[in-house]
Amino acid sequence: MFSSLMGWVDARFPATKMWEEHLSKYYAPKNFNFWYFFGSLALLVLVLQIVTGIFLTMHYKPDAALAFASVEYIMRDVEWGWLIRYLHSTGASAFFIVIYLHMFRGLIYGSYKQPRELVWLFGMFLYMALMAEAFMGYLLPWGQMSFWGAQVIISLFGAIPFIGDQLALWIRGDFVVADATLNRFFAFHVIAVPLVILGLVVAHIIALHEVGSNNPDGVEIKKLKDKNGIPLDGIPFHPYYSVKDIVGVTVFLFIFSLVLFYAPEMDGWFLEAANFVPADPLKTPLHIAPVWYFTPFYAILRAVPSIAGSSFPGVVAMGLSIVFLFLLPWLDRSPVKSIRYRGIYFRTAIVLFVISFLALGFLGTQPVTPLYTLLARIFSVIYFAFFVLMPIYTSLDKDKPVPERVTFK
Amino acid sequence: MRTLIFALFFSYLSIISGQVMAATGGIHLDDVEIDLSDKASLQRGAKTFVNYCLSCHQASFMRYNRMAKDLDLSDAQVKENLMFASDKIGETMTVAMRAEDAKKWFGVTPPDLSVISRARGTAWLNTYLRTFYVDEAKAIGTNNLVFPDAAMPHILWQKQGYLNHDEKTGHLSQASEGSLSPYDYNVMVADLVNFLAYIGEPSKIQRLELGKWVLLYLFLFFLVAYPMKKAFWRDIH
Repeated sequence: MFSSLMGWVDARFPATKMWEEHLSKYYAPKNFNFWYFFGSLALLVLVLQIVTGIFLTMHYKPDAALAFASVEYIMRDVEWGWLIRYLHSTGASAFFIVIYLHMFRGLIYGSYKQPRELVWLFGMFLYMALMAEAFMGYLLPWGQMSFWGAQVIISLFGAIPFIGDQLALWIRGDFVVADATLNRFFAFHVIAVPLVILGLVVAHIIALHEVGSNNPDGVEIKKLKDKNGIPLDGIPFHPYYSVKDIVGVTVFLFIFSLVLFYAPEMDGWFLEAANFVPADPLKTPLHIAPVWYFTPFYAILRAVPSIAGSSFPGVVAMGLSIVFLFLLPWLDRSPVKSIRYRGIYFRTAIVLFVISFLALGFLGTQPVTPLYTLLARIFSVIYFAFFVLMPIYTSLDKDKPVPERVTFK
Repeated sequence: MRTLIFALFFSYLSIISGQVMAATGGIHLDDVEIDLSDKASLQRGAKTFVNYCLSCHQASFMRYNRMAKDLDLSDAQVKENLMFASDKIGETMTVAMRAEDAKKWFGVTPPDLSVISRARGTAWLNTYLRTFYVDEAKAIGTNNLVFPDAAMPHILWQKQGYLNHDEKTGHLSQASEGSLSPYDYNVMVADLVNFLAYIGEPSKIQRLELGKWVLLYLFLFFLVAYPMKKAFWRDIH
C-alpha cells in the first residue's frame, strides 16, 4: 500500500530520491565530534525563530506609537505570549552562539578549504543575512536601546564620503530613526531577510551534500570506497546522525530552557535594561552598546582613529573584518585541513585569534577609556594579522602527516 | 588544545558576568529579596502603590483583575481597597492626570511604572526610595542620592520623616521623625519594590512554575534519547 503510494509520488516528484540523497544514503564521516552538533542546531533555532516570529507578528504593532506597548501586551495579555516572546528573544542570542561555534568548527578543521569553498561562502552570506536580521529585529521592541542602537549603526553609513548623508536618510526614510524606519525594518525582518536566509540555507546544504562533509581529521572519506561505492569511513546520515543529533538537541534545549525560564534577560546581555524604557528621541542613554553578538566588530570600529573628523576609516575596518572571513579559503596555503595535523604557527594563530575576538567582544560592550581604546587597538591588529599573515605562516608551518583513514575509537 | 579552548571560554564568561549596570553616580545600591510567592508582601506593596504612587504615576500595562488573581485577592476586595483611579476591574492602572498637565506641574511627565523594575533594577528602586534628603537649593525642597536632582518630591515623608545629608561624609541622618521606625520603613519599601517587580513581569510566576516541568521532561527524554543513540551506534567500529 505505502510502497505503491510512494511509487505514484516518485513517478511525479523525486521524494524518495531526495530522501536518499540527503538523509538515508548521504554518507557522513563516522568520526564527527562535539563540534558537529551546531549545524543541525542552527537549523533547529532557525525553525524556532520562524515559528515564534509568526505568532509574534499576530500581536505586534509596527507603529512607533504602539510598538512598545504591543510587546508588553504580548508579555501580559496574550495567552502564552510571554513564552513566545522569550523563545524568540532567547532564540536570537542562541542563534549567534550556535553560529559562532559552527564557524569556529569550520575554522579549526579547515572545512572552508578546497573543495568546500562554496559551502563556506554560502555560510558567510548566511552569517551576514543573520546579522541584518538581528539588527533589524532589535529595533522592533522600540525601547531606548533599540532606537539608539539603530541610530548609531545607521549613522555609520553617513560616514561614507559624498553619498553618506543621502544614503543614511534613504535607509531611515526620515531624518532620525522614526516610524518610517520601524515600519520598513519590520518588513525586512519578517519577510525579506528570512526569504534570503531560507534560500541560502538550501544552497549551503546542497553545496555541502555535493562535496560531502569534512570531519575532525580533515580526511576526504570519498577517496577510499568499498565495492559498492560507499566510503569506508562513511555512515548514512539517517539513522546514525539523526539519532545522535536528537541527543544534542535535548542537551541544547535543556540549557536553552535554563536561560529561557530562569534568566531570560541573562543579566542584561540578552535583553538590556535600557530597552524597558520606551524609545525617546530626545533622551540619549548614557552608554550605547550593541547586543553582545555585534560587539567584536563594534570594538574594531571604535578602535580605528578617525581621520579629519570622519569615522569612515573605522567603518571600513569593520567592513574588512567581515570581508577577510570570506577570503579564508584562499588565504590558507596549507595542504592540511584539520588542526590535529597542523603545525605550531597555525595553532598559535588560532589561539591568538580567539583571544582577540573574545577580548574585542568584551571591549565593545564597555564605555571608551584610554586603556580600553589601547587594548582594542592591540586586539584589532591581532585580529587582522591572523588573516593578512595567513598566507605566510601557513606556508612556513611544519604540518604533521595526515592519516589515510579517520580516527575513531 | 580542547581543554585550553574550554578554559578560555569559561574564563571569558566569568569576566563578562561581572559586568553590572551601575550608572548611578557611584552610590552603593542595597538589593532587596524579590519573592513573588510572598502574597502578603505583594498585597502590602500593592496598597502602598495605589495610595502613594498611583496618583501621579501610571502602570498602564497592568490590569486590576490580573493583579487580583496573582495576589490571591477577589475582584471585590480589589475594587473596594485598591481601585481608586478606575471603575472597571478589567482596566489597567491609569491615572486621571493628563500628561501635559503633569509636565507643567512637575517639569517632567512622571514615568509609567509598569516595567520600571526591569529598566532600573530592584536594587536601584529600593535605594532610591530610601535616600531622599532635605535640600533647600531645590524648588521641591528635597534631593536624592541615587537620582540627583530628581523631580519627584519625597512622597513617603510622613512614613520615613526627613533626612539630612552630610556633604563631607556622605551619610544620611534623621532630621525629623516619621510615623514608621527606620526598620518598618525599610520593610514597607521592600514590599513596594517587590510589588513593582511583580508588575514588571506578572508572567514570571508562570514562567518559574513551567520551567521545572520543561526541564524535567527534557531530562527524562535524554534518558531515552541517549541509550537510543548508543543502540544504533553499536555496530559502528
